[in-house]
Amino acid sequence: MRNKILLEMKNIYKTFGTVKALQDVQFKLAEGEVHALMGENGAGKSTLIKVLTGVYSKDEGEVILDGKAVAIHSPQDAQKVGISTVYQEITLCPNLSVAENMYIGRGSGVGQNWKKMNSDAKKILESLDIPAKPSQQLGSCSIAVQQMVAIARAVDMDCKVLILDEPTSSLDEQEVEKLFKLMRDLKSRGVGIIFVTHFLEQVYEVCDMITVLRDGKFVGEYEIADLPRIKLVSTMLGKDLDDLSDIKVDSATYDGNDKDDKRIEAFSLVSDAGIQPFDFYIKKGEVNGFTGLLGSGRSECVRAIYGADRVLGGNVKVNGQDAKISKPINAMKKGIAYLPEDRKIDGIVGDLSVRDNIVLALQVLKGFFKPISKAEAYKFADEYIKLLEIKTASADTPIKSLSGGNQQKCILARWLLTNPEYLILDEPTRGIDVGTKVEIQKLVLKLAGEGMSITFISSETDEMLRTCSRLIVMRDRKVVGELSGDDLTQGKIMETIAGGEGKDE
Amino acid sequence: MKKIKKAMALALATSMALGLAACGNGGAKSDSGKKDGGLIKVGIINNDPNESGYRTANDKDMKEKFTKENGYDASFSYSLKNDEQIAYAKKMIQDEVDYLLLSAADTAGWDSVLQDAKNAGVHVILFDRTIDADPSLYDASIVSDMAKEGETAVNWLKDQGLSEYKIIHIQGAMGSAAQKGRSGALDTQVAADGNWSIVTQQTAEWNAEKAQQIVQSVIDSGESFNVIYAENDDMAKGAVAALDKANISHGVGKDVIVMGYDCNKWALEELLKGNWNYDGQCNPFQASYIVDIIQKIQKGETISEKTIIMDEKGFDAGKITQEDVDKYGI
Amino acid sequence: MSKTSVNTNESFFKKMIHSQIFIPIAALLLLTLFNLIWDPSFFKINIGPDASGNQVLSGYIITILDNASELVILAIGMTLVTAASGGQDISVGAAIAIAGSVILRVLCGSDSRSTELQAPIIVAFIIACVVAMLFGAFNGVLVAYFKIQPMVATLILFTAGRSIAAWINNNELPIVTDVSLSYYGNFIPGIPIPTPVFIAIICVIIIMLVLKFTTLGLYTQSVGINEKSSRLNGLNPELIKLLTFVILGLCVAVAGLIKVGRFSTINYSVIAKDIEMDAILAVALGGNALGGGKFNMMASVLGAYVIQYLTTTLYKLKVSSDALSAYKAIVVILLVVLSAPIVREKLAKLGKKLKKKEA
Repeated sequence: MRNKILLEMKNIYKTFGTVKALQDVQFKLAEGEVHALMGENGAGKSTLIKVLTGVYSKDEGEVILDGKAVAIHSPQDAQKVGISTVYQEITLCPNLSVAENMYIGRGSGVGQNWKKMNSDAKKILESLDIPAKPSQQLGSCSIAVQQMVAIARAVDMDCKVLILDEPTSSLDEQEVEKLFKLMRDLKSRGVGIIFVTHFLEQVYEVCDMITVLRDGKFVGEYEIADLPRIKLVSTMLGKDLDDLSDIKVDSATYDGNDKDDKRIEAFSLVSDAGIQPFDFYIKKGEVNGFTGLLGSGRSECVRAIYGADRVLGGNVKVNGQDAKISKPINAMKKGIAYLPEDRKIDGIVGDLSVRDNIVLALQVLKGFFKPISKAEAYKFADEYIKLLEIKTASADTPIKSLSGGNQQKCILARWLLTNPEYLILDEPTRGIDVGTKVEIQKLVLKLAGEGMSITFISSETDEMLRTCSRLIVMRDRKVVGELSGDDLTQGKIMETIAGGEGKDE
Repeated sequence: MKKIKKAMALALATSMALGLAACGNGGAKSDSGKKDGGLIKVGIINNDPNESGYRTANDKDMKEKFTKENGYDASFSYSLKNDEQIAYAKKMIQDEVDYLLLSAADTAGWDSVLQDAKNAGVHVILFDRTIDADPSLYDASIVSDMAKEGETAVNWLKDQGLSEYKIIHIQGAMGSAAQKGRSGALDTQVAADGNWSIVTQQTAEWNAEKAQQIVQSVIDSGESFNVIYAENDDMAKGAVAALDKANISHGVGKDVIVMGYDCNKWALEELLKGNWNYDGQCNPFQASYIVDIIQKIQKGETISEKTIIMDEKGFDAGKITQEDVDKYGI
Repeated sequence: MSKTSVNTNESFFKKMIHSQIFIPIAALLLLTLFNLIWDPSFFKINIGPDASGNQVLSGYIITILDNASELVILAIGMTLVTAASGGQDISVGAAIAIAGSVILRVLCGSDSRSTELQAPIIVAFIIACVVAMLFGAFNGVLVAYFKIQPMVATLILFTAGRSIAAWINNNELPIVTDVSLSYYGNFIPGIPIPTPVFIAIICVIIIMLVLKFTTLGLYTQSVGINEKSSRLNGLNPELIKLLTFVILGLCVAVAGLIKVGRFSTINYSVIAKDIEMDAILAVALGGNALGGGKFNMMASVLGAYVIQYLTTTLYKLKVSSDALSAYKAIVVILLVVLSAPIVREKLAKLGKKLKKKEA
């Protein structure tokens, strides 16, 4: 039985220029309910949240809170009526104390009773069982605790509706567990929680209801029990998804004469990013991967190969010949491409158009005095927008206004356009919806089938198992093992990561 | 962080090195403690000689007068900043100079250091600029009277006996002593005499290009004028450039009277050629006045008048000679 | 402003108001409209002989085009520096003094009153280019390799530059008597349009060609927006920043040549004073982000003309000396506020609402 309806959003419309971001969207949230808001990237989740919190103003529709229509024009308005948001990126000040962060910008006057502030903060932190001291500097807490402090701040502001926008993407399992405990705690106090996430398991662990959006439209509202996982995915995608199960089987593997030739070889390569020297090779048409916990040195290894970090020692052979790679441009000229882990910082050039972002690497390879003509650039861009189904208003749209998944596709397009022999994909599917994930995985296997060598890094083991034929396992910034063939199982990987017996090759 | 600091230090050092090189012999230079037999030890604090042609001439004049041959042991320091000047003054007092010659960057803030000088028995002579301090703290002050410069020029203009005066008045940087003095005389005359009118009165901030634009604007508007009163030579030059472009004749016996100030050599040459009509002097040659005072003090005479106003000439294009150009041109 | 054009062509208007070049164009139109109402004779152009007997054009419009030239040329370089390094070079005025001083030094040799040129003007100009580019490179190295804030880095040359300029000529102010130098700042005999106008136009054409036939535009923007990502795409951000400063150095040398040409001499302490602020303003008026990244070269160039248009208009109105800078500031604030994205969005919305009401 559902509790009293706390929040209702009716017939919400929102357009940006010519893009219809929301069309006739409905949303209901009851007291003491954890409600998952699901959809692919670009489905309209963020837009809906931003309309609710007053960041965007809606074109049409109404928002009803506690049975009364409310007008929310700014985040401050939202806070006043009891709607608080905790974002994926921490928006607090790391150099202030925990207590200061909880109370900053909330006092009515200029004066601040520091003692009272600290003791109030302590009470709340204790009641919510958050492991932080009021006087501690926020930056010294773990990301999870910082997030909890943000939630505590929201809770203390008498919030009725708490919005959690991808709060778990940077947390490890234990931290997620702590966060869920906090969410359940709040739920029992009658707070309505809107939970936006990409992790399906988490939805089933903590949510009561699911609302699904697709292409800016309302698809449906479901009770968690009525919507098994596979059905949720197909609802989000709007199609049945038999192909999710095993894509490796039906894609051809590369079968050229030179399939045993080594494309890249590295010997005791070491960079200034603090990894142990490592050996590495990849054959033509092979897909291999680095696995290990976050921070185990996966990314640093591929960055060393690409010359992204300063290489301190070791040597690299490309197609059997010695190669000196000290800067990315050296690697690019040898046919190596690198899709970086952090899309925002290392990948996109935000203000530039989709077109410029796609042709950037190819342009750099061609050189300063050989600009790609506008017509050519449009041709390339349109080709890849179509091929990778990039959702964008036009090739001239700034890339930063695209959703994360589509940005990632643009970066992928950028590297595919250079026609590399060796493609490094570092977390290409992070923060991307299921449909796109599968597309990218399929594409990887297809390219490998055509002879490209690909290194694939992902935090999701099942994804790695689906694509890679050989896994290099890392622990504590060291390569600790290599798995292939029948050893490629979840269990075996876990064992190797943990340092069990599966260490030998 | 360390890297940035290092870079900053390097940059600073480089800039200082450049600055020093550019100043030629900037910074305080003195042979402390050593008194050559009979030499009078003077410390001279001046503004940066690159500031203007006037200052260059002023510095050159000082350097020519205060030499060993003339019986002086002189040290020079330059700065456009008051606090740096004060620091130089303190150092010179420590070095036991006999005379401190000062052209202050700013009028305020000198009381305590001058008191120190007085206590140490150092004679202080101000040149070119006065300061806001009790007159008992210095022995003499040699200055230009800008208002008088203006009057001399305006009187000259009155003597030209034009039936009507339509004046383009190009001002210096607003609020400077020279601007106030030179504008004041003209403003008074225009207010007093109905025959005198201002076509436009704008500041070109001592800048030739701006002066050219101001005059160009009047020409473009089609208004008539017959006098250009520019408060320095550079601006008069800019004005003339605009006249030349529009083929408006200027100079002796021509349509437009051109007046400038400061007596740059090239400006006096224009006078000699008859292209300009008048140039007012702002006398940078204060060294001889200072020498007079020093000699009086050395002899034990008293200085009757503390503030000494220098003679400043106004040159008429009809009367100027090559000797004038060589003697007074800066 | 928005009302009138909404009726004529909605989509065109919408496109216009969202395009970056809208602000400088609107400012030009606004100033033109103002002058038309105030005094249409503003736009009169005469032809007549100058002092040396050439038939030359004159009038406010010619004055604007002529006097904006140096600013236009500097705006080109400043736009690139701003785009790549996210900061501005405040030493261009001092650098012009240096470039001008070098030209005089080469032309006059050691004699400050020499009656004939000691070297061809082209040689003097080339040497000035080299010197100015070296000083540009000095700034560029500080910014690109030592990671010093551009304003701080260029503060060094801003402070020392005019002294260096004076030192190059031993503190003397040489005057070139040969008339051919004045061609660059005034008129070439037989051509009725001031030479600086041509020089500015040539510079604009050159930079447009460079932007078309090289990847300078893409590289500078890319580096300005995301340096890390640019590096991973094979660019060398340091080198590109350095390059923009060197290009600005070249612009400085050209502007210096015009300045020297105007009076056949310069005054180190006041020449091109505060021009750096006008150059930065031109970039800002062009709607370019001063924090770096995307730029529109044409908008900067128009921005430079707007500034001169405004200055000349104020001269024409004979705004009193003390108030001149205040008036300029007010207009500039107005323009800059208008070009802020927030205000433009609001304007667009307002236009929409008005349209709705009419319908």
